[in-house]
Amino acid sequence: MLLNVGPAHPAMHGIIRIVTKLDGELVKDIDVEIGYLHRGFEKMAETVDYNGVIPYTDRLNYVSPLINNMGYCMAVEKLLGISVPERCHYIRVIVSEISRITDHLTCVGAGAMELGAFSVFLYMIKAREYLWELVEMVTGARLTVSYCRVGGVKGDLPEGFDERCGKALQETRKVLVESDALLTRNRIFVDRMSGTGKISSEDAISYGITGPFLRSTGVAYDVRKDCPYAVYDRLQFDVPVGTRGDNYDRFLVRMEEMEQSIRIIEQALRDIPPGPFLAHAETGRPIPAAEMVDEGKIGNIAAIVDRRVVTDPTLEGAAKSQHPNIEAGEKRVFLPAKEDTFGNIEGLMQQFKLVMYGHGIRPPKGEVYFPVEGANGELGFYIVSDGTSSAYRVRVRPPCFAIMSALPKLLIGDMMADVTPTFGSVNMIGGELDR
Amino acid sequence: MNAASLIQAVKDRFPDGVKASHSYRGDATVIVGREFLLEVARTLKEDPAFQMSFLMDLTAVDFSTFGAKRSPAFFSNSGVAVSPSPEFPDEDPWPGPPVSHPSAGAALGAPASHPSAGAALGAPGPAHFVVVYHFYSLPLKHRLRLEVPVEEDDAEVDSLSSLWAGADWLEREVWDMFGIRFRGHQNLKRILMYEGFAGHPLRKDYPVNKRQPLIGPVN
Amino acid sequence: MSDHAGFFTSRLDEALGWARKFSIFQYPFVTACCGMEYMATACSHYDVDRFGAGLPRFSPRQADVLFVVGTISHKMAPVLVRIYEQMAEPKWVVSFGVCTCTGGFYDNYATVMGIDTIIPVDVYIPGCPPRPEYVLDGLLKLQAKIQAQHSSGQRPAAEIRPELERPVFD
Repeated sequence: MLLNVGPAHPAMHGIIRIVTKLDGELVKDIDVEIGYLHRGFEKMAETVDYNGVIPYTDRLNYVSPLINNMGYCMAVEKLLGISVPERCHYIRVIVSEISRITDHLTCVGAGAMELGAFSVFLYMIKAREYLWELVEMVTGARLTVSYCRVGGVKGDLPEGFDERCGKALQETRKVLVESDALLTRNRIFVDRMSGTGKISSEDAISYGITGPFLRSTGVAYDVRKDCPYAVYDRLQFDVPVGTRGDNYDRFLVRMEEMEQSIRIIEQALRDIPPGPFLAHAETGRPIPAAEMVDEGKIGNIAAIVDRRVVTDPTLEGAAKSQHPNIEAGEKRVFLPAKEDTFGNIEGLMQQFKLVMYGHGIRPPKGEVYFPVEGANGELGFYIVSDGTSSAYRVRVRPPCFAIMSALPKLLIGDMMADVTPTFGSVNMIGGELDR
Repeated sequence: MNAASLIQAVKDRFPDGVKASHSYRGDATVIVGREFLLEVARTLKEDPAFQMSFLMDLTAVDFSTFGAKRSPAFFSNSGVAVSPSPEFPDEDPWPGPPVSHPSAGAALGAPASHPSAGAALGAPGPAHFVVVYHFYSLPLKHRLRLEVPVEEDDAEVDSLSSLWAGADWLEREVWDMFGIRFRGHQNLKRILMYEGFAGHPLRKDYPVNKRQPLIGPVN
Repeated sequence: MSDHAGFFTSRLDEALGWARKFSIFQYPFVTACCGMEYMATACSHYDVDRFGAGLPRFSPRQADVLFVVGTISHKMAPVLVRIYEQMAEPKWVVSFGVCTCTGGFYDNYATVMGIDTIIPVDVYIPGCPPRPEYVLDGLLKLQAKIQAQHSSGQRPAAEIRPELERPVFD
């Protein structure tokens, strides 16, 4: 019997079409059709400048947007050959790990909901709301954040972030403990999830599968450990590895990874180098903008060269200098702080040259590939530049593309009812699969 | 192995297969001729010196308009020089897009006015398409990028789906987006666009907002 | 006499409108990122069950409001129209997210620039993605529309947009 589990189906996390050939309840053969959410990311990336691609990258893996942002920005920074300050690395790691937790919460929650554990879904979405409020505090948006920039991040961590983060992580831990109590030794859950959707590690490697999926088969490949980037080599965390490669192992790997991500965030918050420092070296008080301009006019550059300036507090928020230590020093890449844009002509010129159409960041001609550990696996960005202000080719190596291509291997031989938990544990995100 | 020794090892193994190589920004890159692709890939996978367990990515780049686009300069006569040249110093600059070296019997029947006629007659020129492969080795933890230049009128390469199962869908996507065929692929049909779509969207001559709606009224 | 009939039918319309607006069975046609905000709206923090719309029905035959959530590509458009046609009257369509309202910033070969070119839409909720508060605002507007609707249900026609002179990017 041919059964079409069509694009619009409740148990499908995204829109794909699975045409199953059934013999009673047993799946004999399946054919997977994707592409229903193809939005032309790679083509759009060629029409906008380098910073303009960042909103498009948000919408790739939309449950962990900050990881995509970070991956893309680090790829362009590799192409440019610049490096960002340490504080910026720490900030990027913190927000990436928050994104990873939200991704795993969504995946495990939705997977549990499809097996009937609706309360677990509600608890996990509750935890996700706390984390999204945290992300909103830092970036300004809950989901599509566009936080990272080429050469840094948009703005520093706000005051009070440490306490809010601590509280949000505490709530997340409570939710994880509750969900663990509800699911891990739940007879129904264990019976439905273990033994289904098995794949061996050789097959997984042959298909190019990475991430928690591969780790559940026993291979300990994590880009953060094997090809470390940002400050991951200084942070202590474990990489959970499963044994059997079935759905239950994937669930356990994801739950443990969330715990490890919380551990990373706590360490990073402890180790992060200090933030902006506002006072004038000689007088000890913040230097107002008019004074800085006067000092500049009389040529006293040495006194002002690394001072932070305080502008008129009527520019809401501009009184706090947000930008030291979070941007690369390279002026041809990073937008100046708003105090400089509106305060002196050099800042205005720098802003103009980077933002106006036709001007903008000009990386050298070349090609780079930079992988980061996305929530589903290795997320790689391959960028080819021709020296102009927009990229020549931007290619995303989508982690769940490889997993979806292995879906026949996962499902053939199982029952029809096993399609749901297997597909749930694949964590297919349409924006990433189809771009 | 680091980038330089990796490239050297590949060159030693295939002295006439490897046309060029570089390691821009530390990424070991090797450009091979089309005929050698399957052999090189098999060696990369099975040889204990390389052990490339993962085919991480398989994609293509259309180099036909490389360097041709001039940045719009609104103020070109106002004294603010908008030069399109890169402004960042390069210790080891990129050698440029791969050059195609067609074999003697390739591209028969290309008319003389065709832009790749120069290439068809045996003189190397920048290739129209380049198929790019990224490999990663799990035990040895090194990466390699393989590039295969391909011309437009003879856009065909060997399929790697016999070596890595993941190459199946990746090659279908390259066929869909660029129109490059893969010899030996069992099921080469469109994957991201719908079946009736005409053209290959990621080619440079496909305008970004040319629409082919399946249903109307006006889209 | 006609007053009496008018009074009763208008009371009936009001009663029907009241009943329909507080028992919305939505079909969430979720495709993309907006789905995450849809999930957030439906869950405990920004509970949509308070408005009577808390029970999604995953079959178009059993639903009355079609929430189109997320970008619709040209490949998906026939599926959307088929789902819409499978729904029974009275039915309403909510266009959730700017990709469904006008196409968003995906002005390219793959995206339907606004689902109102293929199916009639009742309420537009722009945003990329819209915050749950916007979604609830849109839901209230939909409820007001349902309340005010005549019981026979007036359907807006699918909007025919004139051919726009679109600049082609190269």
